Amino acid sequence: MIPAAFDYVTADSADAAIAALTEHGDEAKLLAGGHSLIPLMKFRLATPSVLIDIGRLSDLSYIKEDGDQVAVGAMTTHRAIENSDVLKAQLPMLAHVAGQVGDPSVRHRGTLGGSIAHGDPASDLPAALLALGGSVVVKGPNGERTIAADDFFTGFLETALAPDELMTELRFPKMPDAKWSYQKFNRRAQDWAIVGVAAVTNPMNTSVALVNMGAMPLRAEAVEAALQGGASAADAAAKAGDGMSPPTDLNADANYRNALAQTLVARALAETGA
Amino acid sequence: MTIGTPMLRKEDPKLLTGEGKFVDDIHVSGELWMGMVRSPMAHAKILSVDVSEALKMPGVHSAYSGADLNGMGLWAAPLPCAWPVTEDMVNPPHFPVAAEYARHVGEIVAVVLADSRYGAADAAEAVIVDFEQLPAVASLDEAVADSKMAHSDLSTNKAYHWALEPDNAAVEAAFANAAHTVTGNFVQQRMIPAAMEPRGVLAVPSPHGGELTLYSASQVPHLLKVLIAATTGLPENKLRVIAPAVGGGFGAKLNVNPDELLAATLSNKLAKPVRWTETRSEAAFSTHQGRGQNQRIELAADADGKVTGCRVHLDADMGAYMMLITPGVPLLGSFLYTGVYDIPAFGFTCDGHFTNLTPTDAYRGAGRPEASYAIERAMDMLAAEMGMDPAELRRRNYIAGGDHFENFTVSSTLAFDSGHYGPNLDKALEMADYDGLRAEQKKRRDAGDAKQLGIGMVTYVEICGLAPSRALGGLNFNSGGWEHATVRMLPTGKVEVVSGSTPHGQGHETSWSQIIATKFGMDPNDVEVLHSDTALSPLGLDTYGSRSLSVGGVAIAMAADKVIEKARLMAAHMFEAAPGDVEYENGSFSVKGTPAKSVHIAELGFGAFLAHDLPDGMEPNLQEQVSFDPPNFAFPFGTHVAVVEIDEGTGNVELLDYIAVDDCGNQVNPLIVEGQVHGGIVQGVGQALFEAAAYDEDGNCQNPSFLDYLVPSPMEMPNIKTDYTYTPSTSNILGVKGVGEAGTIGSAAAVMNAVVDGLSPHGVKDMKMPATPQRVWNAIQGVTV
Ligand SMILES: Cc1cc2nc3c(=O)[nH]c(=O)nc-3n(C[C@H](O)[C@H](O)[C@H](O)COP(=O)(O)OP(=O)(O)OC[C@H]3O[C@@H](n4cnc5c(N)ncnc54)[C@H](O)[C@@H]3O)c2cc1C
Repeated sequence: MIPAAFDYVTADSADAAIAALTEHGDEAKLLAGGHSLIPLMKFRLATPSVLIDIGRLSDLSYIKEDGDQVAVGAMTTHRAIENSDVLKAQLPMLAHVAGQVGDPSVRHRGTLGGSIAHGDPASDLPAALLALGGSVVVKGPNGERTIAADDFFTGFLETALAPDELMTELRFPKMPDAKWSYQKFNRRAQDWAIVGVAAVTNPMNTSVALVNMGAMPLRAEAVEAALQGGASAADAAAKAGDGMSPPTDLNADANYRNALAQTLVARALAETGA
Repeated sequence: MTIGTPMLRKEDPKLLTGEGKFVDDIHVSGELWMGMVRSPMAHAKILSVDVSEALKMPGVHSAYSGADLNGMGLWAAPLPCAWPVTEDMVNPPHFPVAAEYARHVGEIVAVVLADSRYGAADAAEAVIVDFEQLPAVASLDEAVADSKMAHSDLSTNKAYHWALEPDNAAVEAAFANAAHTVTGNFVQQRMIPAAMEPRGVLAVPSPHGGELTLYSASQVPHLLKVLIAATTGLPENKLRVIAPAVGGGFGAKLNVNPDELLAATLSNKLAKPVRWTETRSEAAFSTHQGRGQNQRIELAADADGKVTGCRVHLDADMGAYMMLITPGVPLLGSFLYTGVYDIPAFGFTCDGHFTNLTPTDAYRGAGRPEASYAIERAMDMLAAEMGMDPAELRRRNYIAGGDHFENFTVSSTLAFDSGHYGPNLDKALEMADYDGLRAEQKKRRDAGDAKQLGIGMVTYVEICGLAPSRALGGLNFNSGGWEHATVRMLPTGKVEVVSGSTPHGQGHETSWSQIIATKFGMDPNDVEVLHSDTALSPLGLDTYGSRSLSVGGVAIAMAADKVIEKARLMAAHMFEAAPGDVEYENGSFSVKGTPAKSVHIAELGFGAFLAHDLPDGMEPNLQEQVSFDPPNFAFPFGTHVAVVEIDEGTGNVELLDYIAVDDCGNQVNPLIVEGQVHGGIVQGVGQALFEAAAYDEDGNCQNPSFLDYLVPSPMEMPNIKTDYTYTPSTSNILGVKGVGEAGTIGSAAAVMNAVVDGLSPHGVKDMKMPATPQRVWNAIQGVTV
């Protein structure tokens, strides 16, 4: 619980952060809210030699409407998302999910960008990003690019972010009328989900994303396809574990996780009326 | 603000604002931090220890292997075990730093000293230890199987066999003639105590004077002082032990630990202050764990459900070594396996076994929650077997038929001080609306709801107020059970109380002030309580076993009475009256018949201090002391009812409602009682639903942090509904019993009885703790794991 030694620099602009990343390369890590990175460092599971603190980039903390999208700055805290009137109106599920993260002190420090960049399969907000069909805006030495949520998560704690890139913004299509459900199953209120389900039903389709059912945040493709093919919600939910390789840990083995996913998807679809 | 008033705690403003200093807040210049190098293997031979790289690191002062320390002659004796439960108990020598073999993950194999905490942690990582891995006894079951040895030089893992079998023939007869029998096999999983403040130590030497002051986050500064002297050879008269503000202990700070001994000896040797604070993850290895038992309980009953016999066998997990009271913890429960019931035939045996796991020792309730769990689960099993309501079965078996009794000798050979179980049960069932709950349960069952109700109750009794010294002697427990108190009227009319019990969150300062306020008719804020520093309070036996009020608090009341008697003589002298004519009421003395002329006891302090005009032969100063050794234990009891909702789709158990009607005799501060009951209940709920130290097959603890070790938070708890009955103890003049452990002793079984009740339509008869969603879900599917 005592981290290894590291150097610490603060970035006062996005460009300065990118420059510092370029300078220090793989050895460096961006520090946002620190609520995923610092625990890893305390267990000495991460030993970056330089921390680049982007906590002062307040210009990356915003929630604004932009045509048929809502843009959320990467440094926006879970707490700000949870309380945002814009999000409550346009993307109520996102506001709700942010309110399900950890406990109040975690939500005051942790950021949306940090949660997405960390790419933890057990975390809540990546599933919301997937189910809402959002996208990720990143900036590097060669400029800016936008990555669709479906292409962003690539493996266990791995994402499409390059080591010298900074995530600046998350974009979500507005869906004020979508029916949604977020099912988070955990043992204590403050914990990560043992299994979670984010479901969004629009007139044309239903998208379903799963928490903690594999190495990375995932879409429940078999469920979505079944629904698309006209299956009943109950039959579709029965496919929640299809194609998944859920982890086994102290809370749940793979078999139980599959069962939980089915139950929770069924409950989510019942709520969205899919 | 006298006895019986729910006064806010005096100590809280200081603690809540950070004014109260914990060990880690206290710093002295020149201090060195210890960094512990811990074994990564559960059982290994230590081939070599190389500290040379560590010594090159910045700020590193020195580094020692176990062999180095042995060579320095620092130890006069191994770590102490004060409770050799049998004459032939196996107790392998255990030193603060292992030299030849490491016998659990986290055992210290080398120590480095550096000028900063982080520097010490880095240097500890740089020590290279060459181990030869040996087969590890990674569970209690493996220890009992006895095919691998936790200590490679022993031929069995069994450390002792202990029996309490007053009349085996009677037990045999009870089972032979029984109309019904049930057998429960229960597992008391290992628990990580998780006090809010981790343990820590700071030793400050006085190189020229030879004194040593040790600050420790300890429940037992007095015991520590004696035992540091015994294990290190440092002269006891030169030692001072201070337990400053201490943030919870739950038994886990009732020990003599390697780190404390290392800090003491190294600071003395190096003539430098030496300190250490455990990290939360380190605590899973550096602080003992609780529970760790396999229990078998059998009940025999006649056709009416009258229990006629009870037979118990325990296998208890000692861990790798005997710590201070490791072997005795399971036996503390031995007298309670018949619970609140009048069961004429009883027999108990316990085998202690070594494993290659962190040692076990006292944890809130220490042996008694386990006992209460076994008998209360077994009573529910019997009720289920007979198709009888569990409340009715309990009623039929209560001591004295549920009526009031005093000094009742139970078949385990102890005499319960007092009890009155019937009305206590009635009150709890009424508060819970028991009949309404059963109706609601039936409704949900009939409707096949996704969420089913489970209703569980316990009627527990515990043994506390440790203890009559003779009784401890009879159990081979090498400590007394008295407590010491001094009450001092200061010249200006304020009072100093010196107490040998050592609070670590319980609110003694408030309760002791209320006792004095009542005795002396004064404001509790005019009373100061001095404690937890062996220089201020040289005599004491500390806080554990729910003993503080019923032994230490009673000692204060008795010392106050002695002060009153001395003051009465002074008042009589002043009034020129016979002492027998001087009356005392609410702090004031007056002569019978002339109440207008009176003097308050607080006014007599100055005269006693001046000593100008004392009665002939009277010593100056108004101060008295008492060492109180109680004639008997105290036996608090209560009824708890838990209501759970089981989500059949996920296996989740939600605690919907919790009703606790406790009886701890007379109450000094009902607010403190309430707090103890709440905290205790949550701790038992933790065992029932959330907590378990998980070990893999190699003996690695898999959840040594709050990420994976799930201590329940307020979010997991319903609003606990409490009430009380009041059956005074006959063991002391205040009529008080203890309440520090009561909640924990009742709650795990109450919750598990509710879970099993809720699952009974699925044919479930028992469930292991913790009742995790996965376990419950599997049980619903008909899979037992
Ligand atoms: C007690 C506790 C409970 C928690 N419970 C939950 C929970 O229930 N559900 C849940 O989802 N999460 C939970 N979390 C995690 C929390 O949500 C974190 O805040 C979040 O995962 C990471 O955000 P952060 O801002 O703290 O990122 P940091 O920890 O600072 O960074 C995380 C990673 O992302 C990188 N990074 C951060 N920002 C950027 C950026 N702008 N561009 C590129 N890379 C970046 C960092 O370099 C690092 O690798 C919990 C955390 C704690 C401590």
